[in-house]
Formats: sequence, C-alpha cells, structure tokens
Amino acid sequence: MALYSEKVMSHFRNPRNVGIIEDADGVGEVGNAKCGDIMKIYLKIDNDTVTDVKFETFGCASAIASSSMATEMIKGKKLSEVLEVTNQAVAEALDGLPAHKMHCSVLAEEAIKSALKDYYDKNSIQYDEKLFANCNSCEHCGV
Amino acid sequence: MKVYADNAATTKMSKAAIESMLPYFDEVYGNPSSLYSEGQKAKEVLTSAREKIASLLGCEPREITFTSGGSEADNQAIVSGARLGARKGKKHIISTKIEHHAVLHTLQSLEKEGFEVTLLDVKPDGIVDTQELKNAIREDTCLVTVMYANNEIGTIQPIKEIGAICKEKGILFHTDAVQAVGHIKINVKEENIDMLSLSAHKFHGPKGIGVLYADKKIPLSNIIYGGAQERGKRAGTENVPSIVGMKTALEEALLNVEENSRYILKLRDRLIEGLGKIPHSILNGDAQKRLPSNVNFCFEGIEGESLLLLLDDKGISASSGSACTSGSLDPSHVLLAIGRPHEIAHGSLRLSLSEQTTEQEVEYIIKSVIEVVEYLRSISPVWRDLVTGKNKFILK
Repeated sequence: MALYSEKVMSHFRNPRNVGIIEDADGVGEVGNAKCGDIMKIYLKIDNDTVTDVKFETFGCASAIASSSMATEMIKGKKLSEVLEVTNQAVAEALDGLPAHKMHCSVLAEEAIKSALKDYYDKNSIQYDEKLFANCNSCEHCGV
Repeated sequence: MKVYADNAATTKMSKAAIESMLPYFDEVYGNPSSLYSEGQKAKEVLTSAREKIASLLGCEPREITFTSGGSEADNQAIVSGARLGARKGKKHIISTKIEHHAVLHTLQSLEKEGFEVTLLDVKPDGIVDTQELKNAIREDTCLVTVMYANNEIGTIQPIKEIGAICKEKGILFHTDAVQAVGHIKINVKEENIDMLSLSAHKFHGPKGIGVLYADKKIPLSNIIYGGAQERGKRAGTENVPSIVGMKTALEEALLNVEENSRYILKLRDRLIEGLGKIPHSILNGDAQKRLPSNVNFCFEGIEGESLLLLLDDKGISASSGSACTSGSLDPSHVLLAIGRPHEIAHGSLRLSLSEQTTEQEVEYIIKSVIEVVEYLRSISPVWRDLVTGKNKFILK
C-alpha cells in the first residue's frame, strides 16, 4: 500500500489555492522550520464569510495536502462554520493520513484559526479565547 | 524516463549473480551439514565461495562468517569486541556520530549494559579527525568502530590510518564497510582492519546475505545460537544460493571496479556541478573524499519528502534525510553532525548512482531537480521570507 491516499497525492500534486493575498484581512502562520513544517494562510473576509483564501506551505506532502484541503473546506464558508473545521475533518476529507502525519492536519486547523484570530484582532471583534488554543493538541515538535 | 538513483539503498541484481544462484535452489539443494553426497556437494560450493570472498578481501577463508547482512555483521562485530574487552575489564568503545543505526543502536544497547561509548564528531567535510580519535583513546578502550564510507553523504574515512592507530594501542578495530565493498578496492590486512561488515545487495548481489570478516585472533561472540555452522559462531543452515550470488556479484564488481568507478565518478561530478548551480544549495560531505556514486545536497527553503515524491512523479527514485522520510522528528543525524541546522537538513536529497546510470539520466535528474526545487520554493513561506529579506539566507 502506498504511504498516502490518492486524495492526499492529488492535493499534493495539484494544491488548490496556493499563493498569497496582498490585502488579506487575516494572516496566520504556524509551525517551525526546525520541525520541518510551516503553514501560512491568507484570508479575505466579507460579510462574515471567507470570500477568498490562499496558502503557502513548507513541509512534506501531507502538510501541503492538508493545507490545500483545509482551504477548500473553508472557502465561501461563514466564519462560524470555519471555526468548526477540525483537524480530524481535514484528515478525513483526505481519506486519512498516516498516524505520524496527523500533526499536519493539526497544523492546518491551527493555521486557519490563527488567520481568523488575526482578522478578529485587527478589527477589534470580540471572540472566545478558548476557540484558539494554540498548539496544545499536538506534541509533534515537543515544544 | 525511469531513473533509479538510490543505489546506496539497494541495487539491481546482476544477471550473472542471479544465474549463478539458480542451480542451488533445485539442483544442488542439500544441506551443507548433511553427510551424504548431496549435502557435501553444497558444502563444497560453500567452501569455494568462502575462499573466493576471502581472497577478494585479502584474508583467510576461516576469517569469513556469513551473516544475514550488514546489520547482523555490525551487531556481531561490536558485541564481540565489547565482550572481549569486558573480560579484561575494558569497557570503553569509540565510534563516530555519523555511523549507521546498525552500529549506533548496538552501541546504545551496550551502554545499557554498562559500557561507555564516545562518539567522535566529524569535521564539516564529514571526515573523522584522527587526532581526535587519538585523544579519545583511554586505558580501558577495547574497540573502535568507524564506518568505511558514509551511507548518506558518501564520505570515505581514513581507515588505514585509524587501523594503524588502533593496532599500535592494541585496540580492536571494526569498520562497517557496507557502502564501500564492491565500490572501492579493500584489503583488510593491508588496511589494518580487524573486523569488517559487508552486505551483498549494495553491490548487485542478493538481499539478506552479508559477511563479517574477523581476524582469526578474535573469538567471536554468538548472537544467534543453535548449530555448528560458521565454526559454531553463527547458527542456521547456510543460505547457499545467496552466498553464491554474493560471491559472483563481488567478483564481478571488483573485476570492473576501476573502470566502473572512473565512469561513475564522471557522472557524479557532472551531477554535483549541475545541482550546485541551484542558488542557496550546498553539497554535503567532502567533494573528493567521497564514494564515486554519492551525491548529497541541501536546498534551502524546501522540505525533502515533498522533493522526493515530486521526483518520483518524474520517474526518479532518490532518498532524503528529512525527518518526514524517516518517520522520526529529527532530520538526519549525519547532516546534523556535519553542522547543518535542522531547517537546512530537512531539505536534503541523496542521489546514488551506479555503472548502469547514463549521462542522459544524469542530465534528466539535474533538469528535474531544478524544476521541483523551484516549484517547491514558489509555494514555501520560508522561501518567501528569505527572498523578501525578512529572514537571512543560511546557504550562499
């Protein structure tokens, strides 16, 4: 059996929404080059809805595929729905990830939340801090 | 185009080696330990293979022990050296930070038994400093184990000199020569080697077979018990077909070693030249004192697993020292040992050639790596921060 599902390979080979948004409303960057993964997500938000999203990723195939899939999952969605996208949902949408690659989906969820938090902060919008717990769910880097 | 550039992982078997094995599956299939003629025929074959391999390494047939491969040979050599030392109250072993895990993990298990292990640093060129070795030797040092050529960066160690230092101090010297045998001419006696490990599948022989050469003065410790095979030092019915295949492959490799190495070296240097043109990249390991087949680069701003998989899409089989390809959290211990920072070591690529590699294949590799590195950099936030000046480049 191949290491990755066909879905992972498809998103890895042809990642959706790659790039940057110059005038993004929210930008989030998570991960650490020392650990081998960094994801950066750019959001364009209008009327409480993600109208555009782009990403850049430094990392392995599953990191690139997870960011690609995550951007697909939040594009055009209400912010309340975006907050509900979990790492498990990203992994499931990719037809699963190998156990030692699950942290890539965690990174994708955190990158989105980090970008959203940036948007809230910039616009002084109140939010529930608990929704943006940082890095606690993943022990990958051991930091 | 299909290009196999991972010959340090394993090689395609030679036709001659395959042919030579075939009679020993269903014609001469007796057990060499059996007394009847069918068994004795197999024993004769075994004896002649042992003699041939011994002569190719420059030792005596009784100094050859057949094992299941390089890892087993490494394990047995190191455990034997340690046990002999312990009997004299000497429990200190010296090795290097760039050894294969077959050596490092064996040493770790001995540490749990109370042995002390010193792992020498290597210089930034990936070569051991023999002065550092001399400084590390103690009264209770019983064994030095230093690999002949590194499996990741291909650097060749000053084995003869290390052997001479050990000889002078009366310390046993083992070398893991898995990457070197069949690719470089080695004479164990001339190079002051007491024990040497080799593996057949690295020189176009079959997998699952190897040799531990141990000087006759060294009583080996068993790691596999249960029979009188291999002078009682390694139990288990001998793998006659594989031993014959290994003999044929080694004979063939060494017969052509100079011609092959001249040819491969030219390809290697062309590959190094081509990949060296990629900005912010670096060759890992000394450019000259390395295996003719080995090329290993780091490319800043990208990660190795992605690089490998996209090269695979282009038909190229290669290898990387990134954490993601190993399943561990840290990138290659060898790249860290030569001073590459984590973020650089993640972006490594190893290409290992053979005499079957062609010039066209090398050009195709260069073109493909350039394309893939450029693409991965174009989607990397790390690269963006470097080119926009937010962060400083580490590599020139």
